[in-house]
Amino acid sequence: MGAVVVLVDHRDPRWRGSAAPLLALAHELGGRQGWSVDAVWVGPGHDEEVATWVASTGPVVQHVVQVDGADPQLPASLGCALRAVADDAAARLVLVPSTFEGREVAGQLAALTGSGVVVGASSVVVEDGLVVAGKAVLAGSWRTRCAVTSPLAVVALDVHAAAAASPATPPGTGEAEVRRHRVQAPAAASAVQVLVRAARPVTERPSLAEAEVVVVGGRGTGGDFSGVEDLADALGGAVGATRVATDEGWAPHALQVGQTGVTISPRLYVGAGVSGAVHHRGGMAASATVVAVNTDPDAPIFEVADVAVVADVRTLLPALAAEVRSRRHRSG
Amino acid sequence: MVALVKHVPDVQSARSFTAEHRLVRGGPDDSLNELDEDCLEAALHLVEATPTSSGQDDDESGDGARPTRTHRVTALTVGPPAAVGALRRALAMGATDAVHVSDEAVAGSDAVATARVVAAAVDHLHAQHPVDLVLAGMAALDGLGSLVPSAVAALLGWPQLTLADRVQVEPGSPGSPGGAVTVRRTTAHHVEELRAPLPAVVSVTDQAFRPRSPSLKGLLAARRTPVDVIGLADLGLAASTAGAAGSTTRVLDVQPRPELADQVRLVAGQDGRDVAAELADLLVERGF
Repeated sequence: MGAVVVLVDHRDPRWRGSAAPLLALAHELGGRQGWSVDAVWVGPGHDEEVATWVASTGPVVQHVVQVDGADPQLPASLGCALRAVADDAAARLVLVPSTFEGREVAGQLAALTGSGVVVGASSVVVEDGLVVAGKAVLAGSWRTRCAVTSPLAVVALDVHAAAAASPATPPGTGEAEVRRHRVQAPAAASAVQVLVRAARPVTERPSLAEAEVVVVGGRGTGGDFSGVEDLADALGGAVGATRVATDEGWAPHALQVGQTGVTISPRLYVGAGVSGAVHHRGGMAASATVVAVNTDPDAPIFEVADVAVVADVRTLLPALAAEVRSRRHRSG
Repeated sequence: MVALVKHVPDVQSARSFTAEHRLVRGGPDDSLNELDEDCLEAALHLVEATPTSSGQDDDESGDGARPTRTHRVTALTVGPPAAVGALRRALAMGATDAVHVSDEAVAGSDAVATARVVAAAVDHLHAQHPVDLVLAGMAALDGLGSLVPSAVAALLGWPQLTLADRVQVEPGSPGSPGGAVTVRRTTAHHVEELRAPLPAVVSVTDQAFRPRSPSLKGLLAARRTPVDVIGLADLGLAASTAGAAGSTTRVLDVQPRPELADQVRLVAGQDGRDVAAELADLLVERGF
């Protein structure tokens, strides 16, 4: 026996977005290995709606952890809560979403338990009894597979990759035992005061990290993002920007896609006037279909593009948005 | 203050792996991880903003005379001999001193093993001269894990305030005799302000500070300043706790990304409308 423990990360108000693919993968892996699936909710807010939804993903044990003496959202609190559940469930694998915050939780948990950790993983399998995680590295130019040799493996998984790799969530049986835990926060977490925690404004577009379609504007937009926004809206996608575009103030920093910005892995990536510097590729290399538009036929982004369009984005984007709308209108 | 720095292959270079699945290091363009310049800048900035306390200053806080404290920025790296390059750059920027954990047994350390060595080195320095803050960049541009600072904090048992885009240090007061650090961080959904007593581990984003360029004085000092080279034994660590022996992950294989065999290439005419229609058809075909 064993268990795969899944962190239901609810710092994100759309928590199902990351929990669903992680749970689907956990069910698939757990089913094959004979491992139970254990979902973890840390802190307050585990109400009937949460319980019902988690149960609907398949047979699962729901652990609700109260952290005494510290803010439950701090990485040290989450790490200590996950450790308690991993012990209780005799876990072989803990899955967290591979956001910056998720990686920190993974780092805490791995250090506390002396476990092997892989972050930014795009797949997880079990081979010869070992958890093996696959990931793209060096701006997507290499693929690696990494085995974890400790009894517990900690993996921060890219949720889009998990969604693409796993079938739809299995039908629920409604079986969901709820186990409640109380853990004392480590002193290092108790010492941290949360002075302010304010929600960032939510836009009408889907959030960049979660969107299935992302249109990214770069230097080639010349600072005019209206075409980028127009195409994103026509495709129902999010807007992203390169470092150059955010440094120039053409787009807010929060929209920066790259190794120091948001890491994305949408089904469709459209790079508009994006040259494809290695910093940027580090943040978008996991995109499923890459469409690149650039006037320079030798732009590096064309090396990773499924569709390479040599064109000026300033004329192409409005025309493309109109064409997309007319096709949707016809088919709708 | 201790600034964690790493010597990494240049991101623009053709980076590759050895037969043992390790990143090829030691190329002529290897340099200080660009994102560590941000943590050095943060450390230098904070030290410059904090007046050197003396017995007299401490009297004002009412806790009696304490020995004079000097504020230092120690650049710390773990890596092969060539990693001294990162320390030279850090010294040139203004770091006061540099410590290099260099030991053959460290080669092949994974993230947790690396964090173990870093935490032991911080402990070692802390015992010599109290460390208030460990500062790190948001990621190393080779592995892009962003988890070592968090693991170091867990191992030291110190508060972690990570991905900060603002950092402020308050000197000691009756309420918190050791001083405190306040950071602002922007996560995917929130803006947070966190405060913790010192000592603490802080990582900073590339939005936090604008790294300075080395001055002529700094460049000269960088050549003169001795680098303190220590091994695992100096840290009280057995060789088996680091390197491949101390790691619980093992890379099974590395493969270059497969070439794109079926790229579609479109070239626009004057107004781009023809290509737009063709591209829209392609997107519809692929289910978008």
